Parts: sequence; structure tokens; C-alpha cells
Amino acid sequence: MNSGHVLAAFLGSATVAFVAIGTVWPAPSAAAFAGAETVLASSSTAEGAVRNLGGEIRAQHWEKAYARLANKAQFTETEFVHDLTGDYPSLLTYSTLDKFEVRPLHASASEAQIQLTLHWATVVGSSVSARELHVVKIGDTWEPEWPVVKQPTVPPQVIPVNYLRWDVIYRGPGDDWGAQDVEAPHVRIVDMHPVERADGVVILGELLNEDVVPAYVSVTATLLTKSQSTIATEGSFDKISHLLLPKQVTPFLIKFPNVTLSEVGSIRMTPLSALIAASADPVIEIGDQQLHPTPDASLTGQLINQSGQIVNVAHVLGTFYDKGGQVVWVADQYVDKALLPQNPVPFQIHIPEDLAKNVATQRTVVATYSSGGSQ
Amino acid sequence: MRSRYPFLFCGLTIAAHLALAQGTSMVLPKTVEAGNAFSIQSTGSGKATLYIMGPGQVLKREIQLGVTTQILGGSLYNAGHYLAFLSGDSSTESNSFDVVPATKPANLSFLAKPSRLSVGLHDGITGTAYVFDTYHNLLAAPTPVSFELSNPSGTVQKRIVVTHDGAAWAAMDSTAQQGIDRFVARIGEVSSTRVVGQVPGDPCGLKMNARQSGRLVQLVTDPVRDCSGNAVLDGTVVTFTETYKGNQSTIDEPLKHGIAEVEISAHSGATFSIASGVVMGNQIRWEK
Repeated sequence: MNSGHVLAAFLGSATVAFVAIGTVWPAPSAAAFAGAETVLASSSTAEGAVRNLGGEIRAQHWEKAYARLANKAQFTETEFVHDLTGDYPSLLTYSTLDKFEVRPLHASASEAQIQLTLHWATVVGSSVSARELHVVKIGDTWEPEWPVVKQPTVPPQVIPVNYLRWDVIYRGPGDDWGAQDVEAPHVRIVDMHPVERADGVVILGELLNEDVVPAYVSVTATLLTKSQSTIATEGSFDKISHLLLPKQVTPFLIKFPNVTLSEVGSIRMTPLSALIAASADPVIEIGDQQLHPTPDASLTGQLINQSGQIVNVAHVLGTFYDKGGQVVWVADQYVDKALLPQNPVPFQIHIPEDLAKNVATQRTVVATYSSGGSQ
Repeated sequence: MRSRYPFLFCGLTIAAHLALAQGTSMVLPKTVEAGNAFSIQSTGSGKATLYIMGPGQVLKREIQLGVTTQILGGSLYNAGHYLAFLSGDSSTESNSFDVVPATKPANLSFLAKPSRLSVGLHDGITGTAYVFDTYHNLLAAPTPVSFELSNPSGTVQKRIVVTHDGAAWAAMDSTAQQGIDRFVARIGEVSSTRVVGQVPGDPCGLKMNARQSGRLVQLVTDPVRDCSGNAVLDGTVVTFTETYKGNQSTIDEPLKHGIAEVEISAHSGATFSIASGVVMGNQIRWEK
């Protein structure tokens, strides 16, 4: 046996041994990532206690997380879980806690105030929520109090709804080639404005459904050089409300990373529209819309579902205009809670700090999705 | 399968030229109307095989030379240029003829666009008609086509256009009244009908009224109509906006039974405005 075979046999044996050791005595962090258990810090500090709670929530060990709370007598474990993931199906129902941050705000010998920021990984990207936890020292250990927000429930009832619904019948395979098909909805870009940002060019604009039927819409833009060669083509993806009822307007935003405006000679806009079966229900009131200046410039408000149908996911799009009425920015936020009838749900859309000073007015629209089909 | 025709064609043509001087001949009509019967007269004696090849069709017949061969009606129906080959034991003869469309129109393909448009558009509706015979051969001969657009109120627009290379087209205006129009293209007894929906235009003179409703304000529009007086269709979105001390509330409400109606929080000093698409309506300042 030469030295090469000896080395190979040694490495093979060592690998098997390390795998066995790692399986039988896993490192806490590896076990936590595998979902087996959390990385537990000591609860001998207020920060450690909150960190432990965050770890249990991340591992979805609801029972253990609930057991760590100092104020668990005030609510049930189910209410605690519903507070985190929603009572009705919503964006958070199908999400996991990606990471969390713990930030001490105030501390004394017997109590502390700590902010727990939760970064949820959802199907539409990250959703961040923050809770301020009061932490108390009981004996030698610290226990957090969970600031539970009890979820509203809808009393059993019948809500009559008589809004319009549109259904579409397209031409059939047996029709003559000359037989007309149903016309695609007529849509029009009523505003378009390119903006240069640090990470590239952004096309902002608004699209109007000028037809009398609902439209499924999207917008693509192609940047052309001065010699009319194509630089790039991008679509609005989810920075648009895809369903437009008659005479409804949606903003759109299209990003072109790593492109500068000086390279662009012209822009070719292509609005796409298709007939879609849709309902005029639900109607969402967007109340208390308020622009907040810098620092932390944002648009806040609340969504009030005026219909009987529960909205599982709401997507709020804000269009921000300068004093001249020109679009200066489009931003959005997915609301992570279901919209129950007549129960206001707050939203907050952040505005880039450098653009906030130019914002004079805004217009907000909301796209809604209900289980059993998009609306 | 089609890719084999050129090879077959070439083979038969070469064979025909090789045998030209050997005494067999056939007499064909120069033109045959699609679907009609016709006859082929051959000379010589003995048996031969007749091949007729044209666009999308090939016929093969075993015939007796010197006897008139009948090709039955309906055998050749695609218009175009045809080649005939007569292949005997000792010679091969070739000839050509044309199958032309039948003279009588039997089918009409009618393209009408759009299927839905706003009222009051000049030349907004176009119709194109293609004229065919029974076998769907395009009739190239000039043929007058009548286009007729009628709406429920009884207004009729009529144009008579002569086809050029088998096609005729006409443009019509959408009328001021909404409704379902019938667009008919006709040649003699052959006609084809399409439906064109004329829909209301943008709202005109959008106006709302406000009244107290408990702790809320009820905003109700007048019946929403376009500039021609047509009722704007239900489902059209009307946006109500309340502005109060820098705060704003909006509701996108679809029309129902011709009007839109919302209830919104009441603040003394608030301003209510209304819009639909790019059309603005009136404003109301609420003082209570």
C-alpha cells in the first residue's frame, strides 16, 4: 500500500468520524438551523431572555416561546400564535422568521425595555415588524412580557353583496377565422417619467384603464440608445396594481439596474392588457393618509375593508407627486394582516429621504387578493 | 408529403419530354371552373395512366387512349394552375390548364374591428370582407359588397364597396348612442354579421352631493353620464377623496345602478372631491 492510499483511507475515516460526531453531538447553531432547537442564550440578562424568545419564534416552537413569557396568564398560547401569524390566512401565515434583532432601549436592575425586530421571509419579500417588550426580573432570570395585540374576529353574519362581476367568453376553436374575438381592454399610459437613482434608471408612471371592462395590466419598458439599439427591457413586475376596473388608475415603477440616464436616447413603453374575469368587490377605503416629512419620510394610513369578503393580502401602492403634479416616486407595501370587514389595518410606505422634500401630494391605491382567486 | 411533389413533378416532366415525339396526345380545356365536370380527349391506342396535379390535389386515372375521359364534378376544386400527364406504354404527353374560382359568391369572411368602442368616433369601426366561392377559392373578380351598420335606435349607415383582388373594406362612425350595433356585410344572398358594442365615453359633468348620515357623511353622485347623455356603465370606478388638515382618505367605488355612493368620516372643514379616470368632478367643503 503506497502513501497515497494511506492518506485516502485516513481522510475517508476522518470524514466518517466527523459526520458521526456532528450527528450525535450537533453544534447548537447547526441544530437551530436544522430546525431541531434554538440557540439558547442565558436568560440571566434581559437581552438574553428576549434573544431566547426570538429563537423559539424563529424555530416556531410556540409552546416553548409561550412558556418563556412573564405575562402568559393574560392570553392563551393560541392568541399568542395568532398575534404573530394572523388569525385568518394572510401574508404571515405562509412565512417564516428569517432573523431577528434585539435592541435594548432602557434597563434597570429589575426591569428593561427591549425592542424585538422580526424579519419575516414572505412570498413577496421581507416583511419587518417590531415589538417593544417589557422584560422583568423574576428571581435570577429575566422573562419578557409579550405585548399581545388580540386579533379582531368577525361575528358570524350574512353580508349581502351585489357588486358587479365580469366573466369572459373567448372565441372557440370551431369559430371561423374571420369571427371576431372579444376586444382586449383599452389602456393608456397617462404619465411617464424616467428618474436616475444611485442603482440605475427608474421609470415611473401611471396607467389608466379607459375601457368599460376590467383589465389585467402590466407595463414593459425598453431603453434605447441614441442610435436606437436596445440597452435593456424590463417589466413592472409587482410594482403595479395588475387588476384595473373601468376608469381606474395604477402607478407603475420599472427598474433598470446599472444603467445611467445619459446612456438613454429614448424609451419605448409597452402597456399590456388582457380581459380578465373580475369582481368590483371588495371596496377598500384608504383612510387617514398622511405624509410624514424627513427623517423617516413615509406615507401612513389605514385600510378599511368595506365589503363582507375577507381580504387575505393587500398591496398598497403610493404615487408621490411634486408641486407641479409630476410623479417623483412610486413605492409600495404589502400589508401582512388579513383585512376583516370594517377593521382598520395600518400601513406605512417609506419614501426615499432625498426625494421626500420634493413630495407635495400623493395618491394611494390598493390591490387585494383573497383566497380562492385574485380580485 | 408535399416535399415529394417537386421530385415527382421533375421526374414526370423529364419523362414527358423524352417521349414527346412518340405520337400520343391529349386535348384539355384551357380553364375549368372549380368543382365543374370536364373531359379530356386523348389520341392513340392502348392503356395509359392520367395524372393531374395542382395546388393541394393529385388525381390518377387509368384510361383507354383514344376515348374521351370524363372528370366528374367536384373532383378538382382548388383554384390554380394544374399539370396533366398522360403516360402510356411507349409515350408520355403533358399539358396544363387552370382551375378558376366559381363565378357565384358562396362564402364571405368578414373581419370587423373593434368589437367594442366609445360612442361618437369618426371612422372608428372598420369592416373587411373577403369573397369566396363554394370551395373557399377567393373570387378575384370585382364584386360589389354591401356594408351596413345599424344601431338599436334604427340609425343605419350603408356603404357599397367593390372588391379589389377579392377584398373590400369600409369604415363607419360610431354613433352618439350606446348599444349593440349589428354590422352586416352582404353579397346577394350571402351575408355575415358581426356585433359591435358602442359603449359610453368618459363621464361628463361628474357631480356629487353630501349629506349627514349619523356620524358619517354620505356622498352620492348624480346619475353619471357621458357627454352624449349615455349612462356610464356600472362597475366604472369613481374615486371619492376627503382632505382634512393635511390628511387624506380615498375610496375607489364602482358605479352601481348608475350612481356611486360612499359613507366617509365627517370632519368639519373637510373638502370632498370626486374623480373618475382622468375626469375631475365637483368639490364640496363640509361645514357642520
